[in-house]
Amino acid sequence: MGASAEHTHAHGHDHGHHHEESFISKYVFSQDHKMISKQFLITAIFMGIIAVMLSIFFRLQLGWPGESFGILNFFLGDKWAPNGVMNGNAYLAMVTIHGTIMVFFVLTGGLSGTFANLLIPLQIGARDMASGFLNMLSFWFFLVSSIIMVASLFVEGGAASGGWTVYPPLSALPQAMPGSGTGMTLWLISMVLFVASSLLGGLNYIVTIINLRTKGMKMTRLPLTMWAIFVTAILGVLSFPVLVSAVVLLLMDRSFGTAFYLSDIFIEGQALDVTGGSPLLYQHLFWFLGHPEVYIVLLPALGISSEVISTNSRKPIFGYKAMVGSILAIGFLSFIVWGHHMYVTGMNPFIGSVFVFTTLLIAIPSAVKAFNYITTLWQGNIRFTPAMLFSIGLVSTFVTGGLTGIILADSALDVNVHDTYFVVAHFHIVMGMSAIFGMLAGIYHWFPKMYGRMLNTKLGYAHFWLTLVCGYGVFFPMHFVGMAGAPRRYYSYSEFGFLDWVMDLNPVISTFAIVGGAAQILFLFNFFHSIWFGQVATQNPWGSNTLEWTTPVKGIHGNWPGAIPEVHRWAYDYSNPEHEEDFVPQVVPLKAGEHGH
Amino acid sequence: MAGHAKPMSKDELWGGGQSPFSITYGKMMMWYFLVSDALTFGGLLVAYGVIRHGSTDPWPVGEQVFEALPGLHGSYPLMYVALMTFILIISSVTMVLAVEAGHRNDKKGVVKWLGYTVLGGFFFLGSQAWEWSHFIHGSGGGFQLSAPVTVTAIDSKGQGMQMNLAAGTWVHMESEFGHAYEHALEGHAAHAGEAHGEHGHADADHAHTDASTLVPEALIINKYTLVREGDKDIFKMKVQGEDAKKLWDAKAQNTVVFGANLSKNEYAVQQQYANFFFFVTGFHGFHVFSGVVINIIVWLMAIRGVFERRGHYEMIEKIGLYWHFVDLVWVFVFTFFYLV
Repeated sequence: MGASAEHTHAHGHDHGHHHEESFISKYVFSQDHKMISKQFLITAIFMGIIAVMLSIFFRLQLGWPGESFGILNFFLGDKWAPNGVMNGNAYLAMVTIHGTIMVFFVLTGGLSGTFANLLIPLQIGARDMASGFLNMLSFWFFLVSSIIMVASLFVEGGAASGGWTVYPPLSALPQAMPGSGTGMTLWLISMVLFVASSLLGGLNYIVTIINLRTKGMKMTRLPLTMWAIFVTAILGVLSFPVLVSAVVLLLMDRSFGTAFYLSDIFIEGQALDVTGGSPLLYQHLFWFLGHPEVYIVLLPALGISSEVISTNSRKPIFGYKAMVGSILAIGFLSFIVWGHHMYVTGMNPFIGSVFVFTTLLIAIPSAVKAFNYITTLWQGNIRFTPAMLFSIGLVSTFVTGGLTGIILADSALDVNVHDTYFVVAHFHIVMGMSAIFGMLAGIYHWFPKMYGRMLNTKLGYAHFWLTLVCGYGVFFPMHFVGMAGAPRRYYSYSEFGFLDWVMDLNPVISTFAIVGGAAQILFLFNFFHSIWFGQVATQNPWGSNTLEWTTPVKGIHGNWPGAIPEVHRWAYDYSNPEHEEDFVPQVVPLKAGEHGH
Repeated sequence: MAGHAKPMSKDELWGGGQSPFSITYGKMMMWYFLVSDALTFGGLLVAYGVIRHGSTDPWPVGEQVFEALPGLHGSYPLMYVALMTFILIISSVTMVLAVEAGHRNDKKGVVKWLGYTVLGGFFFLGSQAWEWSHFIHGSGGGFQLSAPVTVTAIDSKGQGMQMNLAAGTWVHMESEFGHAYEHALEGHAAHAGEAHGEHGHADADHAHTDASTLVPEALIINKYTLVREGDKDIFKMKVQGEDAKKLWDAKAQNTVVFGANLSKNEYAVQQQYANFFFFVTGFHGFHVFSGVVINIIVWLMAIRGVFERRGHYEMIEKIGLYWHFVDLVWVFVFTFFYLV
């Protein structure tokens, strides 16, 4: 990018000429937000491949328990899958690392890291992020923590196995199970680095959006992607530090003999010399992060889909202010609902009912968003680009998963299905599928901005339909498995007679999972092939209003060759009857007498 | 942004093309970082509160645990930590003066006041090291009773009262006897290991003191904890003579502890008190340490004229924010671990 030497390069600093960059400073230790965003995306894609493979491995075990699969033996070896049958410890490690990677590395680091870095300077009209150096540091912390997390799969005893929430005492006592050994320590170290990365990134995102908006880019003219990323970053800055407290206390318990989370523990009949700690303390600290984390994952996806849906419906987003308000409301409410993860911990029923109330409140802004998406689509001149399909898919999964959220929010109902496959179905649809769809929509939509080329549309369609059908095929039946009472995270259900009748669903679910996983190969091929061989992108392929489409197709350092454009209108001037074109970019000045937004 | 003639409307301020708060990104980042860090400490202090509130065992009283001054005998409750706190707050004042000097582009002033701030930081860190070592070393040690004992205990006014002590009650040694006993136990251990022959030889006098022959003249009940019975505070009661021997004979050998480590301490029945003390003051101390290191780096930069060439001393403001924050956090840590 930016190799062309002829453009005049008005950088924020005073060096007017273009300086040649070495390979290292351009592709490796880059401080350019566009390159950092690609680094985040590619790392996240690799992490995603690992996480999907792990899920297929354990779905093989769940679908056909005890059967021998050569592929398991090939990948896991004789130690973890003797004769091609995955053993229990490997199963628990796979489940844990699948969850951890998906939640933190793909949907937090990957989603925010990619689109915040790519879009913030481009959409608010800035040369780069406020601090390019801290931004680079953010990526390197992310990469190192990713490497440590993956490396933990290969240590003696295997990776962490206590579930992605790593509750003590299982996680606090190295002797509790094989996966509580070195793997668990690496998990915690990786997570501390991850939080450092997230903090550096988040500080940058917030400050850049506040300080570096171009002239005319009022907060009320920000594209909704920006609002979503802004609030996401604030949530991260406020909630991740509490995870740090939780994690370092856990590290102390594991490695230095404290007992913050331990009390009255017996191992093989021997009482441990620990008194006075509380495992519930960890759960409170964890979920104080854990619930905002759900929205850290989801909000950027909602922001992306707002942008994509409005652009491809050729209509202004319906209820811009309501959308901003609901993002803020969701952000605020996410901090006072964490107790709904803990209804079965012996919580005082009164406090439980408070959490029921606050949790159900979230349904209001969520419903506002779902309603606004649909009303934006209503009577639109819809263009079914792959990005648009994924965005509409997001609306679908957001509603489907949201409805079961109302059931789980209610403590009286929740206790019946707590920690069953019903919960697995709920959060995979509302947070997993929705966020992944948002991320994929973003990739299809902004790929031309990242690489100057287009993704193949036909492959995109195939990818979307297969992913949608397989996604529902995997997670929809899980509602019934859960309602029948199957607890999550079990290695095998063959010992429970009362579950036999729903266990017939497991091979179906696993088949969908395998096909859905394989369908991602289409995407991977499309992605990596198009980087070099895709059709060259035009200046503004989607006819979009936002500022990023005014920058050169081949991105340059500093984003705009001349002065940064000034903004005169909001981002959603589509099908404005006062203009001939069906879109009016933000840089177009108001006509005489035109009523601006 | 400094020279606007008239105040801007809110619409103009947030209209883009400038910083709405008229501050640089660096300073704003520092503010958000501090908010974030405040939540980390918030998490730790809430955890402490939860554990302490939920504890069924009595919690030690700060002025009983921390009552020593370096080089002096006797009881000076919380005097030393008050001095530490005072110095740390003074170092915040010198930091303010450094920032103020920076505003005037007064290099000499910055170097001077930042230098004092660094000194204050070092004093605090050194004091904390001393405080920790005192805490770890303890004063006298204690043990739990293996069986119920009835004794006559004497309060500070010299009034005696009959007390029925349950098994598991915490009893403390007076510091002189405790140290002698600890020494004897260690000497015995050293003597038993032949590898320590040379050491045992040099220390022959002590090595010959058999710990089992030592009997205290007096022991203390409720040394660190405040217990109320009826309308009476039962606090630091002395048990003497025959009664002390009765308690001594009832000690559970495996509960004898001197000072504090992470799994046991003489101050409280459970380990949480020491766990949280070490971790939270340690985590804060780590922040102070980082602050001192950063201050030294910036101090050296100031001496070398980096900021003079830059034309402004904003860096001093940024590290100043951090330093004040660390101070503020200490006020909370101090309150929760020493005063409450």
